[in-house]
Amino acid sequence: MRRPPHSGADSPDRISDVWGPRTPYAAGPDWPERVDLFLRDEVTASDVERWVPSACLLCSNGCGVDIAVKDGRIVGVRGRATDRVNRGRLGPKGLYGWQGQLRDRLTTPLVRRNGSLQPASWDEAMQVVADRSRALLDDKGPLSHAFYTSGQLMLEEYYTLAVIGKAGIGTPHMDGNTRLCTATAAAALKESFGADGQPGCYTDLDTCDAVFHYGHNVADTQTVLWARMLDRLAGPNPPEHVSVDPRATEVSRASTVHLPVRPGTNQALVNGLLREVMVRGWVDQKYVERHTVGFDRLEETVRDYTPARVAEICDVAARDLEAAAEIFGTRDRVVSTVLQGFYQSHQATAASVGVNNLHLLRGMLGRPGAGVLQMNGQPTAQNNRECGADGDLPGFRNWNNEQHVQQLADLWDVDPLVIPHWAEPTHAMQIFRYVEQGSIGFLWVAGTNPAVSLPDLDHVRRILAQDSVFLVVSDAYETETTQFADVVLPAALWGEKTGTYTNADRTVHLSEQAVRPPGQARSDLDIWVDYARRMGFEDRSGRPVPRWDTPEDAFEAWRECSRGRPCDYSAMTYDKLRDSAGIQWPCTDQAPDGTERLYTDHSFPTRDDDCETYGHDLATGAAVTAVEHRAWRYDGRARLTGTAWTPPPENPDGTYPLQLNTGRIVYHFHTRTKTGRARELADAAPDAWVELAPQDAAEHDINDGDLVRVESVRGHIDVRARCTGTKPGTVFVPFHYGDIDQENTGHGRRRAANELTSTTWDPVSKQPTFKSGAVRVRALPDDEPEHTDSADTSATGPRQG
Amino acid sequence: MHLATYIGLLETGCDTLAASYRQVAAGHASEADVVTLCTTFAAQCDDHKESLGPFRRQYGSHPAGEPERLHADGLATTRTGGLGLLRDLHDLYLLAAYLDMAWTLAGQAAKGDRNADLDTTVTANAAVTEAQIKWLSTRMKAAAPQALLVAD
Repeated sequence: MRRPPHSGADSPDRISDVWGPRTPYAAGPDWPERVDLFLRDEVTASDVERWVPSACLLCSNGCGVDIAVKDGRIVGVRGRATDRVNRGRLGPKGLYGWQGQLRDRLTTPLVRRNGSLQPASWDEAMQVVADRSRALLDDKGPLSHAFYTSGQLMLEEYYTLAVIGKAGIGTPHMDGNTRLCTATAAAALKESFGADGQPGCYTDLDTCDAVFHYGHNVADTQTVLWARMLDRLAGPNPPEHVSVDPRATEVSRASTVHLPVRPGTNQALVNGLLREVMVRGWVDQKYVERHTVGFDRLEETVRDYTPARVAEICDVAARDLEAAAEIFGTRDRVVSTVLQGFYQSHQATAASVGVNNLHLLRGMLGRPGAGVLQMNGQPTAQNNRECGADGDLPGFRNWNNEQHVQQLADLWDVDPLVIPHWAEPTHAMQIFRYVEQGSIGFLWVAGTNPAVSLPDLDHVRRILAQDSVFLVVSDAYETETTQFADVVLPAALWGEKTGTYTNADRTVHLSEQAVRPPGQARSDLDIWVDYARRMGFEDRSGRPVPRWDTPEDAFEAWRECSRGRPCDYSAMTYDKLRDSAGIQWPCTDQAPDGTERLYTDHSFPTRDDDCETYGHDLATGAAVTAVEHRAWRYDGRARLTGTAWTPPPENPDGTYPLQLNTGRIVYHFHTRTKTGRARELADAAPDAWVELAPQDAAEHDINDGDLVRVESVRGHIDVRARCTGTKPGTVFVPFHYGDIDQENTGHGRRRAANELTSTTWDPVSKQPTFKSGAVRVRALPDDEPEHTDSADTSATGPRQG
Repeated sequence: MHLATYIGLLETGCDTLAASYRQVAAGHASEADVVTLCTTFAAQCDDHKESLGPFRRQYGSHPAGEPERLHADGLATTRTGGLGLLRDLHDLYLLAAYLDMAWTLAGQAAKGDRNADLDTTVTANAAVTEAQIKWLSTRMKAAAPQALLVAD
C-alpha cells in the first residue's frame, strides 16, 4: 500500500484502498456509517470555517458530502454520515476529484477574432452570441439552433434551458451527453413501464438475496455502491452475485456466476434467461396475468433461445447460463443493475428491456430487495432527462399527446405550436449530422467535451471545424472542444453555485454555493438567463421567458411543472432539502417525505393519456402509434416486449481480428477535465492503455508495458499494453483520455478511445454503440526511455508480468 | 389461375426492394442509422424471396409474356443532401407499401385456396414489411421539417 503523497495525516487512502475498510451488515438493518474525510495539505478539521452540505458530482451515485471552506476556498470534503446514499463514505473521485476545480480554470469570456480566441467582457461575448443567434433565427428559423449539454449541470439549469429551447426558440434540437451514458436507461424504463423513473432504490441492496450485474462494473463506476455490496458480502447471509461482463473484474471475482459474454450478444443472453425462467416454471403467473400485457408475444420471441444456442452465440458455458437463471428464478429478492455493457451495445434498449421483463415475469418489483436499477452514468443525468434538456418534454410528458403539450403551453403561457412536438426530439448524433450538413448553424455546447467523448473523433473534429456553424462553448476549462469555439464562456462549477440534482435512485440533494467562482466565471443558469434576456423571449402576456433568474425560483417553477407527473417534486422545497438525508421523488402532499421505491401498487404509467411514450419496435426504433397503443389496452399494466438477437454491425475479420470494448476506470470521470487535474487521481492513472488477453498478446508478440498501436478502419491510438483478464478476442481501452493535456506523460501520441469507435447507435435510445467495432494491434518501436503507468491497484484486474 | 402472377410479382418486388435498400444504404453512407437498417431490411427481403420458393414450385412461375408494367421500378440512383434522403426514403416507402399490399393479396388467395403454408408465409413476411414501413415513416417524419425548411 502506498499513500497518496498529498493527503493529510488523518485522511483515508482511496487510491490503493478504493472501497475502504469493511463495515459488515446482515440483511435488514441499515447500512452502518463510515465517514471518509479528506482535507488538503496542512488543513485540519479545526481550521475549517464552514461545512456546506452538498452531494458529489463525479459519478451517478450522488453521495452526500459536506464541503469544507476556509478563507473563501474549498479545502476538503467529508462524507455525510446521515445521507441515505453513502452513509458517510466517499470514493476516490469524490474524495480527491474536487481539487481539479482549483487550477487551470477559464476566468474570462473568449471571443474568436482573426482566427484566435481573445479575452472579452461578458457584455461583448454575450452580445456576439445573441447577435448571431438572432440573425440566424430571423434568416432560417428555430431549426437552425441546437444545444448539446451535459450530465453534470443542475436541475435548475436544465429546466431553464429546456424552457428557453422549447418556449423561447422552439427547437427540437436539444440533447445532452446523457445520450452517451444514460439514454438507454430512460428508453428501457419508458418501453416497459410507460415512463422514465427508477423502479428500485439503493436500500434494496440491504435486503436482497441476489444481485445481477448486467454490463455493470459497479466496483469501478460507483465505488461507494460497491462498498455497500461488499459490506453485505462480508456480513451474515450475504447475497449471491452474477456478473455479465466480457472482462474479469472485482465484481466478477466476487460473483457466484460470471458470464463473460462475447460483445454484441447481450440480447441473446437475456432471451436465453427469459426462456429458462419460462420453461422451468419460475414465472409468477398471477403477477403476469394481472400486471403485464404481452406474455404470449414474448414467449414466442424467446422460444428458440435454448441454453445450447445461447452458449454458442455468447461464447459462455450453457451450464453457467442455467446456473444464473436458477439463481434468478429461485431467489425471493433479486436486484438487477444495468449499465454501459448493455447501454453502449447495438441492441441496447432491447437487452435492457429484457432485464425489466425478467423482473416482471417473477413479480420482482415494488417490494424491498426486489428491484431494477437501470443505472445512470452521470450524477445529474436524471435531471437532464426529467427537465427535458435532452429534448424530451419536461415532466416525462409525451410529445405525441396533445394534452401533455397543452399542459406545458398553459404553464409557460405560449402557443402550443411554439413547442416542437411533431416527432421525437433530435438525438445528439443527428444534431451533429445536421451541423455537418450545414442546416444547424448555431450550436451551443455546455459542460461537455464532444471532441473526446463522441464516437469517431476524426469525423467529429471535421464537423466542429466547419465554418458553417457558430459554436458557443460554456465550460470551466480549455478543452479539446473549446479549441473549435467561436465564443467560450467561463462556467462556475460544483460548490460555486446553488442548485439541486438527482441521482440514479431518485434521491435529490441541494448543493448551495460554498465559494465564489474564479475570476468572472458564472453559473450556466446565469449565462442562459442573460442569453434569453438579450434575445427578448416573451410569453403571450409579454412576460420574459423564462420568468425566473435565480436557482430557487427555477426550482419553484419546476415543482409546478412536475406536479402530477411520475417525477413529482411538488412537495419538495429548498428548505426541506437543506440538511436532509436526501429526498427521493415522487415527493407530494400524499408522500411528503418522498418515495423509496416505485410501483409498490404494481400500477404502471402505461395508460394512453398518461404514458411518456407509446413505445417502439425494439428492432428498428419505429414508433408505435397512439391508435396501436390504445388497441393493446395496457391500462396501467407493464408492457412485455422483446426482439430477436442480431449480430453487431461491425465484426472482427481477417484484417481487424479483435473486438473493441471501451469503458470507464475507477480513478477518472469522463474526459478527465476535473479528475485529470487532481494530483492523486492523475498520478494513479496518468495515461491510457489497452488491455489484451494474455493469449492474444502472445499471438501478437506483445508484452506487458509495450507500446502498442490499436487501429480500426477509422483511426488509431498508440498506448501501453496491459496483458490481463479481458476475454480472449477482445481488447479494452479506457475512454477518458484526450490529447490536450499530456503533461503527465510527456508524449504527443493519439490516445482517445473514440479515435477507434464508429458512428452507430441503438435504434430506440439512440445511444452510440461505443462497445463495438473491430480493431487490430501491433507492437511499436519504443523510443520513450521511461514511461509512467497506472497504479498497480487498479480495480480493473490483476496485471501479469 | 393467376396466383402465379402474384408470386412472380412478390419475388420481383422482394428483389427490387432489396436492391433499392442497398442502393440507399450505399448512397447515404453518412446516415448511420439508414445504412444499418436498410442493410438489414435488404437481407430480410432476400429471405422473403427465398421463402417463396416452394410456392413457386407449387403454383408455377410468373407466366411468360406478363407485361413489365406490373412491377414497380426500383431506385436507379440516390439523391444527395437532406431533401435527397427524404425523397429516397419516400421512394422506399412506396416500394415497400406496394410489396405490403402484394403480400396481403397473395394471402387472400392463399386463404381461398386453403393453403395454410402459403398463408402463414405471406403473413409472416407482411409483418416484417410493415415493420420496415413503420420505420421509414418514423424516420421521414422526423427528417421532414429540417429537410423542407432549413436544409440547403
